[in-house]
Amino acid sequence: MQDFAEAFRLAFGLVAAMDDDLVEIIGLSMRVSLTAVLIAAVVGLPLGALLATVRFTGRAAAVVIVNALMGLPPVVVGLLVYMALSNAGPLGFLQFLYTPAAMIIAQSILITPIVAALTRQIIEQMNAEYAEQFASLSVPWHTRVAALITDARYALLTVLLAGFGRAVAEVGAVIIVGGNIAHLTRVMTTAIALETSKGDLALALALGIVLLAIALAVNGAVMSLRAGAESRAHA
Amino acid sequence: MLDQPVSKSKCQLPLTVTGLAFSAGGARLIDGLDLVLTDHDTTVVMGPNGAGKSLLVRLLHGLIEPQSGSIAWNGEPCGPATRQRQAMVFQKPVLLRRSVAANVDFVLKLKGGSNRERLNRLLAQANLLDKAAQPARALSGGEQQRLALARALASDPEVLFLDEPTASLDPTSTQLIETVIAEASARGVKVILVTHDAGQARRLANEMVFIHNGAVVEHSSADTFFKQPASKAARDYLAGKLVI
Repeated sequence: MQDFAEAFRLAFGLVAAMDDDLVEIIGLSMRVSLTAVLIAAVVGLPLGALLATVRFTGRAAAVVIVNALMGLPPVVVGLLVYMALSNAGPLGFLQFLYTPAAMIIAQSILITPIVAALTRQIIEQMNAEYAEQFASLSVPWHTRVAALITDARYALLTVLLAGFGRAVAEVGAVIIVGGNIAHLTRVMTTAIALETSKGDLALALALGIVLLAIALAVNGAVMSLRAGAESRAHA
Repeated sequence: MLDQPVSKSKCQLPLTVTGLAFSAGGARLIDGLDLVLTDHDTTVVMGPNGAGKSLLVRLLHGLIEPQSGSIAWNGEPCGPATRQRQAMVFQKPVLLRRSVAANVDFVLKLKGGSNRERLNRLLAQANLLDKAAQPARALSGGEQQRLALARALASDPEVLFLDEPTASLDPTSTQLIETVIAEASARGVKVILVTHDAGQARRLANEMVFIHNGAVVEHSSADTFFKQPASKAARDYLAGKLVI
């Protein structure tokens, strides 16, 4: 209990003092996770829409694979990205290992299947509803996909939030490919892992509280934006 | 101001249906149906529940492939090319999750003719101009159906299918929709309307097609049909008797 009280006191103290290290860690966490979400959106949204709207041989297998990849173990992804980016690996020439770029790649790989699988589910449901009307209007495929993504935008925003939640809370992959280097690749989760290993549970818990608060704030902001926009313009 | 008249020289008529058949779940829903439509007037398709009316218009519009028989629009087989020049209003309108205006604009853009003046004209025709910015799915049932009709007309169809567009609507909404249908027909759009409402059929139809058990049992002018129905099934239907 003493640890919890100390953790809250420390958390508020860190935030109130706008501690430079804390700000730097939060900034890097946000930059890495939001970039990974952006990449996952660019790849995952069209991929999910494609799986939802196009019938092709092997589609069922592709859906199963994408769904299964939602449960990718972060440490396995971290290990694979590490091997690919290490000097002996095929992408070693990029010199990304132990940089934020490597962390972004690892997080993107982790959350793209989540975005794609959930997008497929949402778009498939909406496509079933719209299919006959679109067929009647002879809507071409690319217009249909764009219309479905546009109309499902609020639900898809929640999908991106789920991706962000997974990315910002992830530790296994980023610690392997980032190395938890102070002032370079240290993010909230890796800092928590480090403080815990050092035995400073109060500081680790304080960082955890700050991480939770950030996740809540981002979710709250997006959800209120969604609710406001929906009630103003669309039912 | 109304939309431009449809040039009859470009129209898809005649429609020739030969030996059309469609089965599902072991039941023969359309059973060797033959039909020829040559006039640009409004054709009303009537028949008891389960006769195959909705299925027939979906087949004619090319939304469903026939299992046997043929459908030809002015000699062309039914397919994407013919469907592009047609439009359909479904019994339950499927509206995009957008504003009223955006729903119509979607089709105008699709057909390459998006402009504010035409959009406003279509909305005004459907009596929805004052609701242009409202969410389409927040409209009442009658308003949603009028929007679906405005959206269908936005594609400038030569043939307009309507599958029970006024089912469960109040008389005012029904009248508004009938006015828009009559205006479209007056401009030369070939209207094929499915309805159970004999009063509506009397008001709108130039010719009647009565379907029973998946086949056409009567095809005549509206006047003849309502004064002297030739088939027992049509007579029973109009008399409100059970049609088996």
